[in-house]
Amino acid sequence: MNVAIKLRDPTAETSPMRRARLAPLQSLSNQTVALMDIGKSRGAEFIDRLESHFKAAGVATKRYRKPTNTKVAPVDLLQKIAHEAQAAVIALSD
Amino acid sequence: MPDYIFPNDGFVIVAKRDCPTCVLVEPVMQSLDREGHLTVFSQDDPSFPAGVGHVVDDRGLERSFRLNIEAVPTLIRFKDGREVERTVGWERAEWTRLAGAAAAGDGLPAWQPGCGSRSVEPGVHEALVARYGDPGLKSREISVAEWDDPIEACFERGWSDGLPVVPPTDERILRMLAGTERKPDEVVGLIPPNLAPCTVEKVAINAVMAGCKPEYMPVVLGVLEAALDPLFVLHGLLCTTHFSGPLVIINGPAARAIGMNSGVNALGQGNRANATIGRALQLIVRNVGGGLPGAIDRATLGNPGKYTFCFAEDESDPDWEPLSVRRGIVAGKSAVTLFHGEGVNGFIDQKSRTPEELVRSLAMGLFGVGHPKLCLAGNAVLVLAPEHYKIFKDSGWNRRRIEDALYQALKRPGRELIQGAGDVAEGLPAAMVDKMVDKFQPDGLLLVRAGGEAGLFSAIIGGWPGQSVRDECQAVTHEIR
Repeated sequence: MNVAIKLRDPTAETSPMRRARLAPLQSLSNQTVALMDIGKSRGAEFIDRLESHFKAAGVATKRYRKPTNTKVAPVDLLQKIAHEAQAAVIALSD
Repeated sequence: MPDYIFPNDGFVIVAKRDCPTCVLVEPVMQSLDREGHLTVFSQDDPSFPAGVGHVVDDRGLERSFRLNIEAVPTLIRFKDGREVERTVGWERAEWTRLAGAAAAGDGLPAWQPGCGSRSVEPGVHEALVARYGDPGLKSREISVAEWDDPIEACFERGWSDGLPVVPPTDERILRMLAGTERKPDEVVGLIPPNLAPCTVEKVAINAVMAGCKPEYMPVVLGVLEAALDPLFVLHGLLCTTHFSGPLVIINGPAARAIGMNSGVNALGQGNRANATIGRALQLIVRNVGGGLPGAIDRATLGNPGKYTFCFAEDESDPDWEPLSVRRGIVAGKSAVTLFHGEGVNGFIDQKSRTPEELVRSLAMGLFGVGHPKLCLAGNAVLVLAPEHYKIFKDSGWNRRRIEDALYQALKRPGRELIQGAGDVAEGLPAAMVDKMVDKFQPDGLLLVRAGGEAGLFSAIIGGWPGQSVRDECQAVTHEIR
């Protein structure tokens, strides 16, 4: 990481310096998994396979697709996924 | 310190084009250069001085900082890699003593004082300490990547109250610490809920983030010390489901010195000191104490004052006894009063013309604090705006008389207040039916003067039910050191 600026911690420093990530789900039971195709060719085929595996395991899924693989996902798409799903698989077929 | 930045033997002159004395001695610098062994560190223009062979661009001020230059020109003699002598400004006798006849400056006046070094201009020194020196800060460093926005980094780390914070860089923290004589490692107290030790340095970091100026530091420290008074019960105030948060009222010369607002829109936005001092307290509780909304802060609704709620009392009328004096602080001293305040309830009375009318009217408004049928369940601050205060003053009423009249007007018969009375379930226990009941504790109504000249208004700021246990929880007033 190229450091541009250093800040000083305003807290009591009782938590690790690295930011904590969200805790992973303990189970996929009653959860919805977002399957996002990043938009590269034949990505849909890979997502189809994942979808069938999730379906066999009884896990609900929803399909999403980025408009293009060359740019980050639009904010409204990310907000939609965050609203509708509890986990996401971001996949490509390369 | 790298060896290469200073000569082993010879003379160094630190100068800047913006200094008339440096310009005056330009021929002397040229003369010394012809003798050899001269290096000029130029603070603002590497093309100055002209006619000198070895001019080092010191616009970054590293060399000036490391040489501890306070004024320019400064002539320094080095021998065996060490400074042995220096002289500041232009004085022919001194320059010739150090550097010989080549430094005589024939035709120049014998003496002319120098100018301030750029390295000690306001705010610059702290930046140079942060960049080239040892800032001496103990808080751990958090690196922000080159392409990341430091303000967004502060949000992501949970350091913000929801509004952008000023990124706490070393130079900003050092400037903030310059606002107090207290040592950075001094522990101010334990901040609830985690009872984490809070040093002056941590206060400074959070004050930076809140947007404070260094001159606010003594007030911020005073506010924090008052908040940590056990009688204020900061932990309980933080945990409560009630609306309340810390309300900060500043009295005395400190408030005037830092330009706090006690006039138009005193309870509103727009004044930096009002806004940021209250916010600094909340950020300290959040960041050092770990008091997070939705975690230990269980407020059902909260109130906008939990971002910041701080103002100064209007002490412009010598007849008015300031709140701090009323509460035991010596007149003329600066002080902070902390109250457990909910939101502002605007009180309108444009018809009362006598003190007696206004007292009765104010009492009607004050009965509404918490609930019109609840008593001794929380105190209040009454902010008298100038036009309401004038009604009292014109009749010769002072603070004590207003307080006494309101205390009497705020008594009600228990039969009107017991549960079920008036077909309202809320109320006092049935055992109070035959008693006269005070709305507030005997010293539970705090009168403060503030506000703009126009408007027959006052403001009622309700308190916290925790204040009902008088010996355990009250407003506190502390002198600001």
